[in-house]
Amino acid sequence: MSRTPGRKQENHKISRELLVLTYGALVAQLCKDYEKDEDVNTCLDRMGYGIGVRLIDDFLARSAVKKCRSYSETAEMIAQVAFKMYLGVTPSVTCSSTAGNEFSLILDKNPLVDFVEELPAERASLCYCNLLCGVIRGALEMVHLAAEVTFLQDRLKGDAVTEIGITFLRKAEDRKHKRN
Amino acid sequence: MAIFSVYVVNKAGGLIYQLDHYAPRADTEKTFSFPLDFVLRPHDERVVVAFGQRDGVRVGHAVLAVNGAEVNGRFTADGKDVLEFLSNPANYPVSIRFGRHRLSSNEKLMLASMFHSLFAIGSQLSPEVGSSGIEMLETDTFKLHCFQTLTGIKFVVLADPRQAGIDSLLRKIYEIYSDFALKNPFYSLEMPIRCELFDQNLKLALEVAEKAGPFGPGS
Repeated sequence: MSRTPGRKQENHKISRELLVLTYGALVAQLCKDYEKDEDVNTCLDRMGYGIGVRLIDDFLARSAVKKCRSYSETAEMIAQVAFKMYLGVTPSVTCSSTAGNEFSLILDKNPLVDFVEELPAERASLCYCNLLCGVIRGALEMVHLAAEVTFLQDRLKGDAVTEIGITFLRKAEDRKHKRN
Repeated sequence: MAIFSVYVVNKAGGLIYQLDHYAPRADTEKTFSFPLDFVLRPHDERVVVAFGQRDGVRVGHAVLAVNGAEVNGRFTADGKDVLEFLSNPANYPVSIRFGRHRLSSNEKLMLASMFHSLFAIGSQLSPEVGSSGIEMLETDTFKLHCFQTLTGIKFVVLADPRQAGIDSLLRKIYEIYSDFALKNPFYSLEMPIRCELFDQNLKLALEVAEKAGPFGPGS
């Protein structure tokens, strides 16, 4: 996004307003197309998944990070590097289970909802930023980490903070030959 | 031309992109009289020079054309066996074109899958846990560099042994892939890459890397 520092190779900047408006238009159109909130949420998640499977290579190519050796490293990487690179914000990470496979990202600023006050009454269970959940899920799947990503709390629904929960499931496959 | 070719292999080991960047090797076409100085023998589906290297025709060169017409494997264009044709003095003088047989796309596919398997074997053979696969393969005429991303895509570059800066070239190719292939909404993942922009930018990156020469590209 145009305000993110550190992407020195970017010659052309696109306005963040355009992205926010585009995302808003997308959600509005989905709301017109689908009656039920769950359908809109599923659709957003699916779209996000399609973005995530492609975004991961862009992230790895530009950030040149090394392979993460633990779930907590992965969660930190998502919060501190990926969110910073793509949305310009740095959520804080907390581990919310003793098993060490459930993490929460607390977002105090979310550029996508800067201009959204609250959800309309008839759309009470809409997850406005569900696209982000799909993106994270798709990206993790491409590096062979199966995860469930959902919104645990949402400021738009009246909660205090926006919280994304990432639950790492058992590794998709137990490969003997590991990638570098 | 210090970078010879680029291969991109997907997660399953299938070749999704291939580029040959070297100048076409000179084929030698000459007219010969009976008897031929070369010892020819069949090899795979071709007739190959086994001995008798001279005049630009080297051991390993295949018979590419007889009397101007391209051969079809071991048979001439009109269906006669090449070796029989060339052992008959009545057919002389004959003009034969010798040259290095270029890999067909099927052969490239097969070699890429084979490399994919060898790469996996390499990481399993390692005495250390969590080792990478084959990163470099060195011969006297070229060096093969391989970079596997965390998502499982492999970028393979064959270059002159003295060419430096291939590591950064491999990273650059990864960036070009993530830009022009992945961000193209009409490109499906794991499928052969048929994106014009990817081709163009890749060739540009290869030229930049070559110009830098044996000292590597400046940062």
